[in-house]
Amino acid sequence: MTTKFTPDHEYIRVEGATGIVGITQFAQEALGDIVFVELPSVGKVFKKGDEAAVVESVKAASEIYAPVSGTVTEVNDTLTGEPGLVNQDPAAAGWMFKIAIADASELDGLLDDAGYAELTK
Amino acid sequence: MAQTSAETLKTTPLYEQHIAAGGRMVPFGGYSLPVQYASGIMTEHKWTREHAGLFDVSHMGPSFLELSSKTGDADADHAAIAAVIEPLICGDIAGLKPGQIRYTLLLNAQGGTMDDLMVARSPRFPGALYIVVNAGTKDADFAHIAEAAGDRAKLTRADDGALLALQGPEAIDVLSALLPGVVELGFMQYGPFDWNGHTLIVSRSGYTGEDGFEILAPASIATTFWDTLLADERVKPIGLGARDSLRLEAGLPLYGHDLNETISPIEADLGFAVSKRRREAADFPGAARILAERENGPARKRVGLIVEGAPAREGAEILDAAGAVIGVVTSGGFAPSLGRAIALGFVPPAHIAIGTRLQVSIRGRAQAAEVVPTPFVPHRYFRKTTSS
Repeated sequence: MTTKFTPDHEYIRVEGATGIVGITQFAQEALGDIVFVELPSVGKVFKKGDEAAVVESVKAASEIYAPVSGTVTEVNDTLTGEPGLVNQDPAAAGWMFKIAIADASELDGLLDDAGYAELTK
Repeated sequence: MAQTSAETLKTTPLYEQHIAAGGRMVPFGGYSLPVQYASGIMTEHKWTREHAGLFDVSHMGPSFLELSSKTGDADADHAAIAAVIEPLICGDIAGLKPGQIRYTLLLNAQGGTMDDLMVARSPRFPGALYIVVNAGTKDADFAHIAEAAGDRAKLTRADDGALLALQGPEAIDVLSALLPGVVELGFMQYGPFDWNGHTLIVSRSGYTGEDGFEILAPASIATTFWDTLLADERVKPIGLGARDSLRLEAGLPLYGHDLNETISPIEADLGFAVSKRRREAADFPGAARILAERENGPARKRVGLIVEGAPAREGAEILDAAGAVIGVVTSGGFAPSLGRAIALGFVPPAHIAIGTRLQVSIRGRAQAAEVVPTPFVPHRYFRKTTSS
């Protein structure tokens, strides 16, 4: 199991051909209290970098981009009622959507743990 | 516009206090100010509604306007200073009692709003007014007032000190422990209070809908006074983020967003700020337009909206039930006290009735909205019980 990161602070945790996408601890801290999460529909097809979801804090809306191209297979509906999970547990309970990865080679262009740690130093 | 930030931003006397408290500093009105502290906007917002929140609002524009030559007759001197400021605004200043504050509007000749401000009659010095204007407009406001005053009165800026706001249901107990005399202040009254040999100008007013105070302190004691207030466990520092969500819940307009030079007091639903005496005399800037709008209704009016789902932010289009664009959101966000999204915006009079079903366009999708009364959260200002 590998986790990769985008410079926009999304993570994608790769489990076989599926990626689980959310935002990083760094991102949730920067955004502050999240009050609303707008998730994509299951079946939606994204190209890498497409706007895939929106998180709203008290102050502002922030777009979440697809880290890789693929098709949405599942979304975390719990966030509709409990958007604060993104703050409390961004890496696990606060995940946003799962994507069937169209081209695994796109993962190579993302940051690894060390690269992301360097970015957010 | 990349490299404009740090060195050109002004700081308030409390800058180091904000940094030490974990304030997340952002540029606002030309100043570096905390948008939030470590606990976050939601917690800060709720703390203010339940206890007492301390805000640094030193970016605003406190000032004093004082008659150049006084007669020594208190009433005549007040009438004379009122006559200097009244031609610029729509409020009755002549009728203020000593120590009384009035919320009023600085108007242009077209009846548009140049600023919203507080004008108060000095409790001690006849012929003197205490005036507090907004940060973003203060240089223009002060120039406008000084020009109108000419040699009749002198405007003295007081924005080199610290202006603090202590807001919330426990503010009175906290502040009266330091300044016992403040219990005598009614809502929208102010006075000077001695603290360790320094004079603090304390108003019972604010921008949260709660009881509370705004305190002008000399820069020399700003940090000591701030720290003294925070030493009380009922007090926490509150950033600009919660200041905005609190005022939005209270239905209070924010200049530059819900008010601007094209928006009249009637359009902004601030008709109460056009004082009766001034209305009858029709002697304020833009009186023809404003009185006609009061009589016949304005072309658009500010309303409060409850929004289903994602918050509608400033600039979002307001649609009627059929989907036609009828207006725009001027302030919007999440209301922590209500747990849902609220907004202020302008729509034509056909759509202002409470309960009217509208929609807002958010990221290209129409979401349900409904016109509701403001304030969204009831005001809890302190009202003295009168025995008259």
